[in-house]
Amino acid sequence: MSNTTITPQAAPNRRNTELMMLGFAVLVPMLAYANVGLAGDGSLPVGSLVKYGLGLGVFAGLAHLLVRKFAPYADPLLLPLATFLNGMGLMFINRLDLDIIQGVGLPNNVKGTAAAGSQLMYSAIGVALFAVVVVALRDHRLLQRYTYTFMALALVLLVSPIPFPGDTYGAKIWIRLGPFSIQPGEFTKIVITIFFAGYLMAKRDALALASRKVMGLYFPRGRDMGPIIVVWLLSILILVFERDLGTSLLFFGVFVVMLYVATERTSWLLFGVVMAVAGAVVVGTLEPHVHDRVAAWMDPMDAYTNPAPGKSQQLAQALFGYGTGGLLGTGLNQGHPTEIGFAARSDFILTTVGEELGLAGMMAIFMVYALLIERGLRTALAARDPFGKLLAAGLSIALALQVFIVAGGVTGLIPLTGMTMPFLAQGGSSVITNWALVAILIRISDTARRPAPPAGAFDPSEGVAPRRGSHASGRSATPAAGSTPPPPSSTPADGSASPEALTVAGGVPSAPGGPPSSGGSPTPPRPFVPPPNPGGGTPYGPPGQSGPGGQHP
Amino acid sequence: MSELTLTVMRLGFLAVLWLFVIVAVQVIRSDLFGTRVTQRPARRRTAAPASAGGAAPPQQAQPAPPPQRQQARPRRGQRNNPSKLVITEGSLTGTTINLTDQQITIGRAHDSTIVLDDDYASSRHARIYPAPDGSWVVEDLGSTNGTYLDRTRLTGPTPVPLGAPIRIGKTVIELRR
Repeated sequence: MSNTTITPQAAPNRRNTELMMLGFAVLVPMLAYANVGLAGDGSLPVGSLVKYGLGLGVFAGLAHLLVRKFAPYADPLLLPLATFLNGMGLMFINRLDLDIIQGVGLPNNVKGTAAAGSQLMYSAIGVALFAVVVVALRDHRLLQRYTYTFMALALVLLVSPIPFPGDTYGAKIWIRLGPFSIQPGEFTKIVITIFFAGYLMAKRDALALASRKVMGLYFPRGRDMGPIIVVWLLSILILVFERDLGTSLLFFGVFVVMLYVATERTSWLLFGVVMAVAGAVVVGTLEPHVHDRVAAWMDPMDAYTNPAPGKSQQLAQALFGYGTGGLLGTGLNQGHPTEIGFAARSDFILTTVGEELGLAGMMAIFMVYALLIERGLRTALAARDPFGKLLAAGLSIALALQVFIVAGGVTGLIPLTGMTMPFLAQGGSSVITNWALVAILIRISDTARRPAPPAGAFDPSEGVAPRRGSHASGRSATPAAGSTPPPPSSTPADGSASPEALTVAGGVPSAPGGPPSSGGSPTPPRPFVPPPNPGGGTPYGPPGQSGPGGQHP
Repeated sequence: MSELTLTVMRLGFLAVLWLFVIVAVQVIRSDLFGTRVTQRPARRRTAAPASAGGAAPPQQAQPAPPPQRQQARPRRGQRNNPSKLVITEGSLTGTTINLTDQQITIGRAHDSTIVLDDDYASSRHARIYPAPDGSWVVEDLGSTNGTYLDRTRLTGPTPVPLGAPIRIGKTVIELRR
């Protein structure tokens, strides 16, 4: 005897919550700006407060209005969390600019240029792209149609940096066009995830079902190993030709996790880890640049105690920074994060957080990333179509892996690799891509959380079904068209109503069944073809054969 | 700026940072939708874990339909209208489901309103939804073993009279006032 009561609840519309959180997300970086100014020269930095506060506020407000209009059921936290991270990133870059412009802490006091302004501009482009995606991409399944186009695009983007000479900081991941440099690997992140989602949706049954069970694990057949080996080889090639461990790890990791999500087979994860480790070890010993990175990871203090031209002191300086920060940090604008050099604004921005806000602040930032990723995975859980599930899961995992690779690199957990902290670090391509990523997640979550059309609101005569063949029996034969049950003679037997019922079943999979007649007391089962059901159950009989409902008087 | 002011500012900012995180978590907490499962004050508490609904926390369910159009809104509070579903047979015996504007889905799929642990039930077996006139309609969703109202197997959406047993696998559900 159970004593539980179940109450069904509809998904709430959370736009006002989102607006409140957005206000909070803009307010926190503003407090930080004030803190930076007061700790620096003892006055409020009115100029940057107005510029960045207004900028961030306007972006957030516009994005919110668009979400309210075009994706009203979307998750309430995705946009505020992204805005918060972007705002904190702008604030930290602005704070580092103060030191870099004056050459504080930089080798030979070389004065650098400010970067916060251009980052604000790139954020604006990012929010514009966000707006375009939210408005234009009405249904994320549209992307599924171009699965292989996206694959081609991803390959082009991946190989595009190879002919460019930009061998800066070791890795070959930039395209340089005059004053601009683009990092195509960032854009590839989304493009290749869309391809993986579309591909795995089509192939997941073969990958999941055809397998042998050995020692409690399902092992795929040899020929089904093809895709994973191709992606693995591709990652190895990236590692060899572009010398970028991060991008390589990101793509392979996203593919393996999506393979796992698509097939529910743990053995894929096992294979993935084994292949990744094997590939990394082989390339790490053969490729000199990767080898250097691994050596710097194994002994970060070596570069500091025995300085040599090829060695980088960045990781040692970063570790000093965390040590200086301790649990609660030195306070904003009171540390010396520029000891690391110019990379303090990009790859090593987390070190600034760790030094000036301490472990407590760094954990708060990680929590915000974790919440963002959690909302993405939640969206994947709520999504009802497999493509949306895979895409949302893949994008969230891409974000999670990127955070892990960067944070692991700058804290000395894994070998350092050149990637940007999503939203936080300086980098135009990165911030633009991540806004687009959040926009796609918002689109999927809007579709996933949108309530089903109310039962009884479905009217097949509203032009969903093409009205082919309706000349024979007209409206009276349409399922659930009127309040009066049609006479049995006009129902399916004449063969003109069944094709129409089939069209409706194929065209509107989620359409609820017709209501019982509204004109009075409940009537016995009505003699029409049962309307399509949302479960996507058994298809109706072939045209011309009478439906099950036709047997009733 | 005195040392004290700077320290207060530093700790204050960390507090605000964490406040943001906590508020965000609160938003997630209040964002649960799907089904709310509550325990009635019970004479025997030991039976609670037996129910699938009681074992699982509020689940993310398929968002059910919103309140209907104005003219179609069921007139609640009428004395003749049913207010709850009661499970009278099967492993969930004793569970009641409050009837709101939402449709109720029944099946083995874990996002159903009533999650059945029954080999004879399909994953999306049937649903029960309000009709515009305030009555409730049961519809089989193409299940393998069928849904029975009294003794007859359902072939289309069928209005449910009060007290008539709806049989799905080993589970029997009744509409009560």
